[in-house]
Amino acid sequence: MKNLKYFLVGVVFGLTLTKGEAISWFRMQEMFRFESFHMYGIFMTAVPIGAISILLMKKLNLYSLNGKAIDIPKNPYHHGLVLGGLIFGFGWALTGACPGPLYAQIGAGYGVTLITFFFAMVGTWVYAKLQPYLPE
Amino acid sequence: MEFLVNPWPWYVAGAIIGLTVPALLLLGNKRLGISSTLRQLCAACYPSKIPFLNYNWKEESWNLYFVAGILIGGFIGGSLFANPKSTDLSQSTVAYLQDQGLKNLTGLLPVELFNWNNLLSLQGFLLMVVGGFFVGFGTRYARGCTSGHGIFGLSSLQWTSLVAVIAFFIGGIICTYTVLPYVLSL
Repeated sequence: MKNLKYFLVGVVFGLTLTKGEAISWFRMQEMFRFESFHMYGIFMTAVPIGAISILLMKKLNLYSLNGKAIDIPKNPYHHGLVLGGLIFGFGWALTGACPGPLYAQIGAGYGVTLITFFFAMVGTWVYAKLQPYLPE
Repeated sequence: MEFLVNPWPWYVAGAIIGLTVPALLLLGNKRLGISSTLRQLCAACYPSKIPFLNYNWKEESWNLYFVAGILIGGFIGGSLFANPKSTDLSQSTVAYLQDQGLKNLTGLLPVELFNWNNLLSLQGFLLMVVGGFFVGFGTRYARGCTSGHGIFGLSSLQWTSLVAVIAFFIGGIICTYTVLPYVLSL
């Protein structure tokens, strides 16, 4: 049961996304139309807290519980960041969900999100198939 | 139990989401990311000799436990302790959506758009099938989504994640102002 702890962190994360209304299609519309601070407030709280935590962990030379050094590999630039990013942006606005909220919406009882989720898997699969031909 | 029913303010939600980053790193040197689970599921279900899907997905199965948790978290917060009131949206968003013909602004999704019957219409097809496809295709091509790039990547001060997040928002804003009004009018 070494993975149980990740499940529990996931429960808290999913509950937070749901109670913070970050899985609401309406909130995404509001965000993309710049009509509310709510979603920006979430990002602007989460990122500094994450950043300060990482800096502190590096400063204190912390190891993870399983004794591994905390390592964060650098992500090099590739064109997929822009091209894939734009495509995902369109999907985000249409579905009102990123991958995390898809799981939470299904859990919240929105059964029809299973369709959105299934086609997100299809999209991933088609990307995998086309990968050799796409600019990276 | 009041706090489980009511929505949480942005600073509470933001703080817990931010703390997920060190929690996963400390528990097992894991980096927050969710769209990778779509690749994991593809690799597990239908790898079909595609190099990108033929890897030892079981080695990274921790993230499948993580998203199973998200699903349960969604059940607790959105079903078991669902907020009976509708989302406290800004007046201008409410006015815009009503102007677009939406009557029911309760819950997490507009049920007039996202329902099984609408799946057979062009509108539902664009919202759920095409939208879902773009989410899966785009996040894998960008190597991350709002959590992997938006929360983890920015938290670890990677400029490439900032590029991705800007692209996410440009795509979302263009779609919101050009494509979505057309889709809603269908």
